[in-house]
Amino acid sequence: MSKPIKSTAFTMTFALVSVAVFSALILGGVYQLTLEPIKKAKSNQELQAIRDVVYGDFANNPYEERYQIAVSHGKGKVDLFPARDENGKITSVAIKTYSKNGFGGKIEMMLGLMVDGTINKYKIIEHKETPGLGSKITESRFSDQFHGMNPGKKGFKVKQDGGDIDAVTAATISSRAVVDAIRRGYKALNKLSTGKTHE
Amino acid sequence: MNKTSYDNFTRGIIRENPIFVMMLGMCPTLGVTSTALNGLGMGIATLFVLLLSNSIISFLKNLIPYKVRIPCYIVITATFVTVVDLLMAAYFPNLHATLGIFIPLIVVNCLILGRAEAFASKNTVFQSVLDALGMGIGFTLALTLLGLVREVLGTGSIFGWSFVEEGAETMLLFIMPPGAFLALAGLIVLVNQLRGAHK
Repeated sequence: MSKPIKSTAFTMTFALVSVAVFSALILGGVYQLTLEPIKKAKSNQELQAIRDVVYGDFANNPYEERYQIAVSHGKGKVDLFPARDENGKITSVAIKTYSKNGFGGKIEMMLGLMVDGTINKYKIIEHKETPGLGSKITESRFSDQFHGMNPGKKGFKVKQDGGDIDAVTAATISSRAVVDAIRRGYKALNKLSTGKTHE
Repeated sequence: MNKTSYDNFTRGIIRENPIFVMMLGMCPTLGVTSTALNGLGMGIATLFVLLLSNSIISFLKNLIPYKVRIPCYIVITATFVTVVDLLMAAYFPNLHATLGIFIPLIVVNCLILGRAEAFASKNTVFQSVLDALGMGIGFTLALTLLGLVREVLGTGSIFGWSFVEEGAETMLLFIMPPGAFLALAGLIVLVNQLRGAHK
């Protein structure tokens, strides 16, 4: 078996530089190659989430027609995706909203609101809640109760805070975070419909 | 296939299994195996990176000066990990969403560097490929097995197919981090008993 070349200053520099250059070339190529598919996969994922929460079907592409709304005094932003029927009339709105008050940190959800602000459905996109406890916020047994509620009404709080929403047993914090995220999305929708924002 | 080749291939699967015997790469092992599917996905991603890095390192072994071999190996491994990461994001977005944060960790998986240093840098390309395949399959099997045990005990399902009714009490501990240690310890005891390591 032949021995590796000697470790002199020149061979070491040459080896490191050439390994780095080749790696950069490969990475650049693969990045270019996957740029489009990754974009497409992302938009497909969002589109699927939108389809899951809006009312009925839509004729437009809500993902292309999104509005970004600044919330929490400009510190955060949420995306609004309007779903339109064949005549271009908005039937409902999907809102990608979030809450930072989850038990395990940030919770991201896609929220479907009717034009008047009533909740249709929501779907959790990402969360780090405790499996089996806080993670039950993703289950229909908890999420179904939100259907038809209006986040602008007074009782839109969990029961522990004096509202009408049944929190998940042993996961009040996670349930509050869901309410918080929905409120944020609702506020963004109001901001958009009252025109207090730039498109 | 002669005896050495056969030996190099089968060694990693049970006799020198990276997880149960050599205990290399514990971070992804404990981190991602909350379900069998996650374990399988991580195992296959690692197998792929190991295969590429082992063959390239073995091919270049005489061109890399001894003193700078570790940085060279790490750059080569990191390149392939990023390639796998990008390809996965482009073509398997769902799997990428679950494994996302663990993929970059493959770079520092001791298994990859360990095989590069202990095997690929001293053997021919063909033997290194066999070694990578064996070790990769052993790693995948171990991860899938661990994921399966944790999924069955923790959520009452197998590969996402649930065999208990919704809301049933399962041993949640097993899908949380402490459960990973317990399940791994149990499996190591079992595998070592079967191997007859204590005779």
